Amino acid sequence: MPKLAESLVQTLRDAFGERVSARVCLGEASIDVAVGDYLEVMERLRDAPDFRFEQLIDVCGIDYSAYGKTPWPGRRFAVVSHLLSISKNRRVRVRCFAPDDVFPSIPSVSSIWNSADWFEREAFDLFGIVFTGHANLRRILTDYGFDGHPLRKDFPVSGKVEVRYDAELARVVGDPVSIQPRVTTPRVFPE
Amino acid sequence: MPEFRNYHLNFGPQHPAAHGVLRMVLELDGEVVVGADPHIGMLHRGTEKLAEDKKWMQSLPYMDRLDYVSSMCNEHAYCLAIEKLLGIDVPIRARYIRVLFDEITRILNHLLWIGSHGLDVGAMSMVLYAFREREDLLDCYEAVSGTRVHAAYYRPGGVYRDLPDTMPKYAESKWKNAEKLDRLNAARSGSLLDFIDDFVARFPKRIDEYETLLTENRIWKQRLVNVGVVSRTRALQLGFSGPMLRASGVEWDLRKTQPYEVYDRLDFGVPVGSVGDCYDRYLVRVEEMRQSTRLVKQCVDWLRANPGPVASDDCKAVVPPRAEMKSTIEGMIRHFKLFSEGFFVPEGEVYSAIEHPKGEFGVYAVSDGANKPYRLKIRSPGFAHLAAIGEMTQGHMIADVVTIIGSLDIVFGEIDR
Repeated sequence: MPKLAESLVQTLRDAFGERVSARVCLGEASIDVAVGDYLEVMERLRDAPDFRFEQLIDVCGIDYSAYGKTPWPGRRFAVVSHLLSISKNRRVRVRCFAPDDVFPSIPSVSSIWNSADWFEREAFDLFGIVFTGHANLRRILTDYGFDGHPLRKDFPVSGKVEVRYDAELARVVGDPVSIQPRVTTPRVFPE
Repeated sequence: MPEFRNYHLNFGPQHPAAHGVLRMVLELDGEVVVGADPHIGMLHRGTEKLAEDKKWMQSLPYMDRLDYVSSMCNEHAYCLAIEKLLGIDVPIRARYIRVLFDEITRILNHLLWIGSHGLDVGAMSMVLYAFREREDLLDCYEAVSGTRVHAAYYRPGGVYRDLPDTMPKYAESKWKNAEKLDRLNAARSGSLLDFIDDFVARFPKRIDEYETLLTENRIWKQRLVNVGVVSRTRALQLGFSGPMLRASGVEWDLRKTQPYEVYDRLDFGVPVGSVGDCYDRYLVRVEEMRQSTRLVKQCVDWLRANPGPVASDDCKAVVPPRAEMKSTIEGMIRHFKLFSEGFFVPEGEVYSAIEHPKGEFGVYAVSDGANKPYRLKIRSPGFAHLAAIGEMTQGHMIADVVTIIGSLDIVFGEIDR
């Protein structure tokens, strides 16, 4: 597989030149694309005879704000897609950083691969990344009326609201959480 | 002329055919489905968020709780991701054990599926037969891991322990007299491998029995044939994988095309459908059970002949054997380190996918070098399959919705995560 990834990265460099930065990471081909080129690159990855990535396997968001020992120098939010070519038996990972940290937004690929529909809804729900051009960008995993984006690094693990049934009001009500957040094992780096 | 309007029907989350906590808002024109909008997330536990807050090792049992019907396969994808990031090698015997249990898991999953799908469609007795065989296989789970569902048996670097030499036996009770006891314990006198061998010998006949009940059954065919057809191109567009993709005529099985562990040394076939309807998906899964039985047999034969270590001796990530921990200072330090701060995973990102019974189950792990994952994304096959239900049910009757949900083989543990 590593050799395959090397040759794929070379093909990617030949096809897109400076517009993508391609690398091999642990035997897997991986490219970074700018927002402006995102849709065009993705469409070519699906259609060009050299690539033929027929399947979009996964789309997920990443919040880089707490990455590593030193403060993260780049943009905060990225969207990572995994593509699979059935006919050529290859995989590639495409990463695209959202240009704005406060209002992250990235074009939707749901018209290129229909499977992106729910994956993008999930990334929107959990990270608050807005996919422009998505026909139906609603929350998907969290509760109706949920506030916030739970997989962002500044969202507490214990959440913000706890729900209980109120007998007097005869309905479920939400209160601020009473759990004190605690760390059993700190996050540490090797010395 | 009175004016007719479509009406909306709330299907679930409390519905026996919804396979858990699926809520679907169906738009109906009479009895014909015009649109279906699934509302998911009622089983959302935030596994990915929890994993970021735990050491790598602590998230392993959480993987069992994703697709709780095929727990060992979930662990497998997670372990493969960690092993790839750490660059550790897994001993060959552990690889065979993993394949053995992956295939047992596949049979377990398909048995549950055939039982509950039968139940949904009206073949009530299927679930009883399927659970009879599941019982034996769950005993195998219990023999190796001590638990029947949430096994936590695989470890990064191998498996938790070697296969046991004895099988647990039934004890005498008010309901089990000596004669019944002898019959129940007949296959359990030897080792686990003997028991599995015995199971493999009788299971193909049991599959024949299921097929006698269903395959040519007129009612079964009326309910399944040409229901929920997905063409080859649509299946690719919709991100289908596993039996769903193969039923639509795409010959794609990660065990063949991107082999992991020892699948490239084993002999098995990959069934492919032609129409892409519910009936094809049924046929593909039944044939997969037969192929898995063959794989299990090959693994049992190999494991009998080849003893050896079942876990890597990599000091950085693998817990030392108990005796070493008790008798040497190095072993004790290693043990203490691994259970206090855990192991550090080098910076990098990896996507590892396996052929899970339901499709492609992937783990995308990002590490920044710490003792906890920076980001862990779980790609569950059922998520993509359920997303297509609106398209699959369009134009069908409301009763077909139940058939189609059944043929997707969805489990909410993995969809909601």
